[in-house]
Amino acid sequence: MNIPLSIAAVGRDTADSVRLTPAPPPGRLIDSPRFPVQARVELGNAVQRKNLHQAMTTIRAKRAVVTAELDNWEQLRLAGEAIKNRTLRHLDHYLVQLEESLTAAGTTVHWARDAEEANRIIVGLVEESLGERREVVKVKSMATQEIDMNEALEEAGIAAWETDLAELIVQLGHDRPSHILVPAIHRNRSEVREIFNEEMGRYGRPAPEGLDTEPANLAGAARLHLREKFLRAKVAISGANFAIAESGTLVVVESEGNGRMCLTLAETLISVVGIEKVIPTLEDLEVFLQLLPRSSTGERMNPYTSLWTGPSSGDGPTTTHVVLIDNGRTKVLADPVGRDALRCIRCSACINVCPVYEKVGGHAYGSVYPGPIGAVLTPMLRGVTSPVDASLPFASTLCGACFDVCPVRIPLPDLLVHMRHKVVEAKAEAASGGRGLLHPHLEPVLMRATGTMFARPSLWAAAVAGGTLGGRILKGHVAHFGPLPWPLASWTGARDVPIPPTESYRAWYARTHHEDGSLK
Amino acid sequence: MSSSAREEILGRVRLALADVPPADETPIPWTYGQPRALDDVLDRFEDRIIDYRAAFERCSGAEVPARVAAALARYCARSAVLPDGLDDAIGAALVASGVAVRSDRPPLTRTELDATGAVVTTCAVAAAETGTIMLDHGPGQGRRALSLVPDVHVCIVRADQVVSDIPEAVARTVRALRERRPVTWISGGSATSDIELTRVEGVHGPRTLHVLLVETEGRG
Amino acid sequence: MTTTPTAQGRPGLDAPGAGKTVALFSTCANDVMFPQAPIAMTRLLERLGCRVVFPTKQTCCGQPLVNTGYFDQSVPIVRNFAKTFGGYDYVVAPSGSCVGAVRHQHQLLADHALDPGLRRDVDAVVAATFDISEFLIDVLGVTDVGAYFPHTVTYHPTCHSLRVAHVGDRPMRLLQAVRGITIRDLPDADRCCGFGGTFALKNADISVAMASDKARNVASTGAEYLVAGDNLCLLNISGVLNRQQSGIRPIHLVEVLAATEATS
Repeated sequence: MNIPLSIAAVGRDTADSVRLTPAPPPGRLIDSPRFPVQARVELGNAVQRKNLHQAMTTIRAKRAVVTAELDNWEQLRLAGEAIKNRTLRHLDHYLVQLEESLTAAGTTVHWARDAEEANRIIVGLVEESLGERREVVKVKSMATQEIDMNEALEEAGIAAWETDLAELIVQLGHDRPSHILVPAIHRNRSEVREIFNEEMGRYGRPAPEGLDTEPANLAGAARLHLREKFLRAKVAISGANFAIAESGTLVVVESEGNGRMCLTLAETLISVVGIEKVIPTLEDLEVFLQLLPRSSTGERMNPYTSLWTGPSSGDGPTTTHVVLIDNGRTKVLADPVGRDALRCIRCSACINVCPVYEKVGGHAYGSVYPGPIGAVLTPMLRGVTSPVDASLPFASTLCGACFDVCPVRIPLPDLLVHMRHKVVEAKAEAASGGRGLLHPHLEPVLMRATGTMFARPSLWAAAVAGGTLGGRILKGHVAHFGPLPWPLASWTGARDVPIPPTESYRAWYARTHHEDGSLK
Repeated sequence: MSSSAREEILGRVRLALADVPPADETPIPWTYGQPRALDDVLDRFEDRIIDYRAAFERCSGAEVPARVAAALARYCARSAVLPDGLDDAIGAALVASGVAVRSDRPPLTRTELDATGAVVTTCAVAAAETGTIMLDHGPGQGRRALSLVPDVHVCIVRADQVVSDIPEAVARTVRALRERRPVTWISGGSATSDIELTRVEGVHGPRTLHVLLVETEGRG
Repeated sequence: MTTTPTAQGRPGLDAPGAGKTVALFSTCANDVMFPQAPIAMTRLLERLGCRVVFPTKQTCCGQPLVNTGYFDQSVPIVRNFAKTFGGYDYVVAPSGSCVGAVRHQHQLLADHALDPGLRRDVDAVVAATFDISEFLIDVLGVTDVGAYFPHTVTYHPTCHSLRVAHVGDRPMRLLQAVRGITIRDLPDADRCCGFGGTFALKNADISVAMASDKARNVASTGAEYLVAGDNLCLLNISGVLNRQQSGIRPIHLVEVLAATEATS
């Protein structure tokens, strides 16, 4: 981090022992283990599996009901897809227009190429605006999580308080979000009570005496704990669900009112906005604000939506900033296939419907974006060189349920396959460069051999005739590999395999039919 | 510096889009601002407000002050902030029923607002299909914090302000937005489903939303 | 049905398939591991009056390689498929997944290969390729295929049949017309069984957990048979069912449709 030393020293105090906010788990997300490895750990968490199954089943059912009741749902999806495509295909134009509109409305616009630059800008802006307390209140925002902003502020001696209930649970629990919409969905009510009882008092108003596990009472505890922070807030940091190019209007969609508190009560408001969040006109909101809540929480409309266009005299913050961040997005845009992923409006419908996510939860993905969109977008944004990023595109059965629910029709199964191809290419490149290979890769050899076999009918016919898929075909390709531990062992751990038939179909056909189809 | 970051990002975007012809414009298969066909717009609005577990009642214009006073009494709100531009008769009725009425001129501090039991506002437009009330914070609606910090929000909606769905409602608020006024959409009381996806009404925003639908003009 | 030919009898000229030649795409997995499905399909189509030929140069649709990211290695497979099946009016397979792959991936791969000639060949073959349920209903115009299957079954609409090939409710309509059959609803029917090709190996633990959910739902129906249009999904689910000694047998849709009084 490029934080001025004097500021960093204030926060550091005595060698990391004094933190302003609860410490998250150590390490960087990009250094997470490969998906299958962490997934195995998560699968073993029976409480989490039960919580996830219950929650995902509920939210899927709600979404299904409220999307089915609109007779023009598919037209809405097509419109959402088209508006996003139109914008992304001329993103430079719309970004310049957005900047002009924001500036005309009195908002200061900043541009950040990457997370480090964004954090440097944000820390600087916060420093300019702080009151007596070195703290900011935060509206839930994926962009700020993506750039790990809270830790950058912590290093600068500034406390960033999460105000969304789930984010508060995660923050106080020294935890990481496991879902983009309901980040604490891996926790149940007793765990939440424990976290509140244990931690709230260390960072502000303690949990009320005798707090029980009733969600309403737990929410009540959060209301009390956060209210003092809202009432004294000088600086708030938000994201934005949409940024309107023609007017410079920002839109935040939320449920609890914590967003409104931050957006309204602070004197300075800093909004961190990914460059793909821009849409052309105010009227476009009629499409996205029908698509988003129904896809996301399964409600006809979320409780609160705030729209603001710069500072408003006598109402709310007097100073507004927007930090437009790239952080890998232009890399995604440069891939004509992959750019479809930038349409994402972060609704979480694909996550909620994903059978793989439901089994393992969000932490297995080593990213702030889990589920199908995370398995696609994360390696697009970060590249496919880290072990976890290279494993993410394979974290799917390609069942296709995600595309069916995506409100902007992102072809997620196709993009997963596209990214698998990128991983294969990257591995081949690494292999040809003779680097990065800790052990010989069996898969490329097998796949090349399989490709050859299926491309040459005589080889395949011979393989079928021999009834052996492995040895005969691989002969000449991988003779030195010997017996194959993969793939049979991982299949037969919990699943039986039937005894192979004694006669193949082609043998049966040849025995019973003439070549022209007539019976022998 | 930020300006060079700007140039670099815009440069990256242009490079990334080298395959897109300049004249390319994706057609949008959508007609904006269309009403949704509903059997009865007001009934649908009522149904949705109740579905959000907010309170709903219909009354005539003449009945509004008394209904507001009765609602505040029901929620035991002893004080209320009334924005500029609200019908004076409402304030009078509240004073008569013993509610401490506060004006926001000069603006109440956050602490004063937090110590205020209720707020009464009008709205700009409402969408029936989603039960969404939109405030453009014009006269009678107050600045944004007024309808946020007090725990009870009584919102007066005129029948002619209720449209079928979001497209019509957006069309009615774009003018305020183009004038750079903030707009707030409210659909029920504040809520969360963050713990085990169990819906809890009332977190930070008003825990009680009470909607008065004014069907006939008894008085202004 | 106008014709209900017996197993021995020859279908007449008014049979729905009369005059139609079907190039049977067995799929690689069925050819070598589950020949009973293409055999049943052959018998069923012949019963309905079709001539069934088996182009012996056929191998695989390429999906296993494509879905693992090996595009370059898949192109020759697509080329072979287009060459082998080019010129036939009807290419029919007992697999929604393989038909879906042909339909959805072959054109993309032709484009990936930057080969307009291949793209043209592929376009023609794709238009002629059908899952058996589509061919029966859309081409032959039959829903009642004269089948008899006096058993209780439940039907798993495999993901690729449903969401890639888009066979819709055709399999269910065909099953409902089978005499003697009892169909039980499968809870969470449209949830994936966890197979996913190499997913079952790369993420075996999750795959097993998903298959176990599916197996539990199947077992809850009390059916004797689990029916599906893709044998590899059946292999996955029945792998768990069998390990649990549930007694529920997997069977391909086309085997049910081929069954008659004579075979039962």
